[in-house]
Amino acid sequence: MKKIQVFDILRILIALLIAFFIGFIIILLVSEEPLYAFKLFLVGPFSSLRRIGNLVEMTIPLIFTGLAVAVAFEAGQFNIGAEGQFFFGAALATILGIIFKIPAILHVPLALLGGIVGGGLVGAIPGLLKAKWQVNELVSSLMLNFIFLHFSLYLVNNHFRDVHTGIMASWKIEETAWLKQFIPGTRIHVGVFISIIMVIFTYYFLYRTKWGYALRMTGINKDFAIYSGINVASVIIYSQVISGALAGLGGAIEILGIHHRFQWQALPGYGFDGMIIAIMAKNNPAFIPIASLFLAYIRKGAEVMNMMSDVPAEVVNIIQAIIIFFVTAEAFLSKYQHKLVVKEVTTNG
Amino acid sequence: MVKVLQGIFTASFFHAIFRVTTPILFASLAALISDVCGIVNVGIEGLMLISALTGVVISALTQSAWSGMIVGVIVSALFSLLLAYFHLKLKTNIILAGIALNLMASGGTVFVLAVLTGQKGVSTALNSRVLPDIRIPFIDKIPILGEILSNHNVLTYIAFISVPLVWYFMYRMPLGLRFRTIGENPEAARSVGIHVHRLQYLALVLSGLFAGLAGVYMSMGYVSWFVRDMAAGRGFMGLAAAAMGGNKPFLVMLAALLFGIADALSNYLQSLRIPSEIVHMIPYLITVVFLTIYAIFSHHKKMKKITFSADDA
Repeated sequence: MKKIQVFDILRILIALLIAFFIGFIIILLVSEEPLYAFKLFLVGPFSSLRRIGNLVEMTIPLIFTGLAVAVAFEAGQFNIGAEGQFFFGAALATILGIIFKIPAILHVPLALLGGIVGGGLVGAIPGLLKAKWQVNELVSSLMLNFIFLHFSLYLVNNHFRDVHTGIMASWKIEETAWLKQFIPGTRIHVGVFISIIMVIFTYYFLYRTKWGYALRMTGINKDFAIYSGINVASVIIYSQVISGALAGLGGAIEILGIHHRFQWQALPGYGFDGMIIAIMAKNNPAFIPIASLFLAYIRKGAEVMNMMSDVPAEVVNIIQAIIIFFVTAEAFLSKYQHKLVVKEVTTNG
Repeated sequence: MVKVLQGIFTASFFHAIFRVTTPILFASLAALISDVCGIVNVGIEGLMLISALTGVVISALTQSAWSGMIVGVIVSALFSLLLAYFHLKLKTNIILAGIALNLMASGGTVFVLAVLTGQKGVSTALNSRVLPDIRIPFIDKIPILGEILSNHNVLTYIAFISVPLVWYFMYRMPLGLRFRTIGENPEAARSVGIHVHRLQYLALVLSGLFAGLAGVYMSMGYVSWFVRDMAAGRGFMGLAAAAMGGNKPFLVMLAALLFGIADALSNYLQSLRIPSEIVHMIPYLITVVFLTIYAIFSHHKKMKKITFSADDA
């Protein structure tokens, strides 16, 4: 491995260390038993089979939105809409899971397709607006989150609401649409394999296909891409559509694998999580599962700590923000990086 | 239909427009002032949450709404300064840094509130204060007009008075000219001896002040408590309004009013048995539609410019 790559990894590790350190200081300030709380935070996720299971369950949707954001980032686009794409994909999959009564071999793919199409459609809107009229995708995709939040809720709450439960939730989807949970004692489901397939697919797409190449070139230098004959407008559209489809598929899988009904009433936050993951993984699909697992780990740790000590789980949001701040801070440790580059060049030359 | 319209367009409806526009207008001024200096402040949403909570907590501690407001606004400005430090000094992408700030604020406010009061996500345990409403003499006596314009929260008036002030600052003061120069062309600004970074720090602090006012209005005027994620996208609407108004203070105010009208309308339409979810979509939908119309217009203008300059050559 090149020294620069080692440096990149080192830099992320230092950022994580700083974030954990600040997290520890905060716990120290607010807790009566800080060491116990911090221990729960660090080892809590591994303390039982069920919790390890939770860790994997939580990782699955994160992988999808992580991939979604990474694809958009690689194209130089800000997909803040992964949130709404995930949500709408989940809603459509739920509806297809409820209304159809067909064998599992057809039902599961149909519901998953619903998620893909739903997410892809939501992704297409900011893509088209940007490609055609330069509408800022940052604002438009963000507004679309709220639009599709309320639109999905309208569909589910008004047309598919389970009137027998006291809570606002849809009917359960037919069992033929469930993704099988295959490890007893946990809820780990076959969606985990789909997520791995999508990681490989995204990696192959970005680094081994013509479209992926055009996409990355557009992200690196748009003007250069235009001059070398790449149709930047179409890249912007298909990158947002693929990104949306990945997020929508993630939403569908979360419903078919875990919840079996739609019961969110607000955006669950997976889109922004995807951003944290893409940043930590440096947009490389191969690292997305690791980053997702890490995020699931600190979330689960915070949850266990919240349950068994006096520290609220939300401390994890502060830790996440610090991670983003330092990982994306280009000037952070840049003097050292500069030295490394010079050294590498002089030894090679 | 006429009856429905009569039901909607009452004095209290127009009163409500000003009420709901206030936070959006503050947020759009926050967006404008940093935009002008070439920095997109995506963190306004988070700054609003931070100041909303700070205002509630401090006003409960001191039993003074004003000190709550002042401390809330200062804390917001400090966090904006932090954002500036990461962007300008450590070269963090400003959009990612802003999003990080929003995530931090969304969870951090809940965290701080839980540590202080033991309550998760609402501040009803705190006996916090509200900023006063103001009755304007004379205007108050005019029928209808008085009903619409008088008896607003003090911050509503401050918001609308801020618009000409910001305009004066930007177009009549040397500092404003420098701000605009930086936004237009930072290299040119640097070459004539303007301290670009120093002024960008200042712009973000000013932006933080306005975001802070938006936040304290939410928790100490709009309602009288803090609740998690109570900014509810208004910070982003501010960004959209600033973009739509092309960073011209009065146009930005009109854009903010437009969002306010949509927001107020959605409250009224709810009483007409239109599903609430559909009604809630309206302000966001309008944002996208207007942003698109605005983009189409400026796109055409740009195209024209390009063809003209090509002809000249």
